[in-house]
Amino acid sequence: MEKSTVFNNRLLPYLLLLPQLVITVVFFYWPASQAIWQSFLREDAFGLVSEFVGLENYQALFAQPEYYRSMLTTVIFSTLVAALSLSIALLFATQADKNLKAAPAYKTLMIWPYAVAPAVAGVLWFFMFQPSLGMLARPLRGMGLDWNPLLNENHAMMLVVMASVWKQISYNFLFFLAGLQSIPKSVIEASAIDGARPVRRFWTIIFPLLSPTTFFLLVVNVVYVFFDTFGIIDAVTGGGPAGATTTMVYKVYADGRLGGDLGGSAAQSVVLMVIVIALTAIQFRYVERKVQY
Amino acid sequence: MVEHRPLTDFIAYTILTLGVFIVAFPVYLALVASTHDAATVVGGQMPATPGSRTLENYYRAIFVGGTRTSREPVANMLINSFVSAIGIAVGKIFISILSAYAVVYFRFPFRKTAFWIIFITLMLPVEVRIYPTYKVVADLRLLDTYAGLILPLIASATGTLLFRQFFMTVPDELLEASRIDGAGPFRFFWDTLLPLSVTTMAALFVIQFIYGWNQYLWPLLITTQDSMQTIVIGIKKMLVTTDELAEWQLAMATAVLAMLPPVAVVIFMQRLFVRGLVQTEK
Repeated sequence: MEKSTVFNNRLLPYLLLLPQLVITVVFFYWPASQAIWQSFLREDAFGLVSEFVGLENYQALFAQPEYYRSMLTTVIFSTLVAALSLSIALLFATQADKNLKAAPAYKTLMIWPYAVAPAVAGVLWFFMFQPSLGMLARPLRGMGLDWNPLLNENHAMMLVVMASVWKQISYNFLFFLAGLQSIPKSVIEASAIDGARPVRRFWTIIFPLLSPTTFFLLVVNVVYVFFDTFGIIDAVTGGGPAGATTTMVYKVYADGRLGGDLGGSAAQSVVLMVIVIALTAIQFRYVERKVQY
Repeated sequence: MVEHRPLTDFIAYTILTLGVFIVAFPVYLALVASTHDAATVVGGQMPATPGSRTLENYYRAIFVGGTRTSREPVANMLINSFVSAIGIAVGKIFISILSAYAVVYFRFPFRKTAFWIIFITLMLPVEVRIYPTYKVVADLRLLDTYAGLILPLIASATGTLLFRQFFMTVPDELLEASRIDGAGPFRFFWDTLLPLSVTTMAALFVIQFIYGWNQYLWPLLITTQDSMQTIVIGIKKMLVTTDELAEWQLAMATAVLAMLPPVAVVIFMQRLFVRGLVQTEK
């Protein structure tokens, strides 16, 4: 789609583009190309000399058991968070879509956690489940469960998942509700006249019609788990215990900062870039034109 | 809706109330913890109702700061958070409305190229290129500055795409009419296009304000002085110690203060928020 009438100035459009292009080149293209370049270099311990080592950083990366572990952690983490937050949000959205008087108030009460910073969400959940002082940790320990997310890898993962799901429900709820409300009422009425009960109506009519929204949210949620949960993980577990909650993004951070392995960290960045570009491509290829609001 | 039976309504209300309870509970506990003294919170026997130390805790958090780990008063962190969040929101609106105007309303060589250069930034969040970006900012001597907190985070295409999409819906007749009236590109932008874009700008502002306020990884890396910390970083730093020594009541008061501005924005500007969310994510 193009405008038929336009201005003919020669210099002005470039001046208008200049601020954004300068910022994009300085803070995006330059660092991104540096990341790619650095992934082929090895620096000495003092960062003074760097030599070109070709694919050595990548070979070292894919020889690391910890790297495969972080991949597995990312897959488990994303699957759990996406599945739980999508299904819980869908349950709430279907209820809020019923013609209730208080539905708008419930909507407001459901969506505000979107505004809570991931790191703050992490701190809140850690506070509830901290083994010695957490309000909810005490009953768990009282039941004889040795609850300790600081030492137990599964407990740590559960806590990070819960905090991430809590934070993401509001977003999914909002989009599911919009999706539900855009389904024509006549379709639902027609199936009701045919005698379909509410549960059957949901699975045969509503859920299939909602699938574009669901698919869109699935991609968005995976991207969310990849990047936005960094603050949650850092606040709750710091990637531990023993690397149990170190996702791929967290590993880029930890290796570059604590380990000082910039070449290896850069190689990880490049692998992540490829994954994100693939995800974005999927989103644009399959989602763009099918989702209706 | 098709049927309207008391029982289905009752089930819906029950499930939704349960949902609201789950959503609100962690925040309620933080509120309660921020009203007790340190010993009550750390002792592990905190009651589920507010205590009597509210004023004292908030006063200390805002104006004095902790005694053990972070000595920075929260008031200063709040200022840093406001400046960077508003800087990110305004900065992004400014650069993206101009570039969208250029791309939509002008024809010039390399127009498509410029658009793609901006568009590709959608694909890579700052987390992926974190250390090289840090190095650029360090080389430009922008560590511990507001510019360093703001500029790298506005290098993205969401705003440009949003304004481009909106400008496409503006009828061509408006431009033809103002050209007949003798208006140039500046007059048309200022008198016609900008007033029409107010809602879009406000929606983008709301989303970007929340995005900027909640930043964590980037401010964590580039602020080395306590005086430049944002509030989200500040909470975490209060807890970097053994858990028995952490001043949880102050950390929770800080957490409440950190949640207040963005949550207020969502609640009081809900329409703009929903609009911005749906449009920028599309």
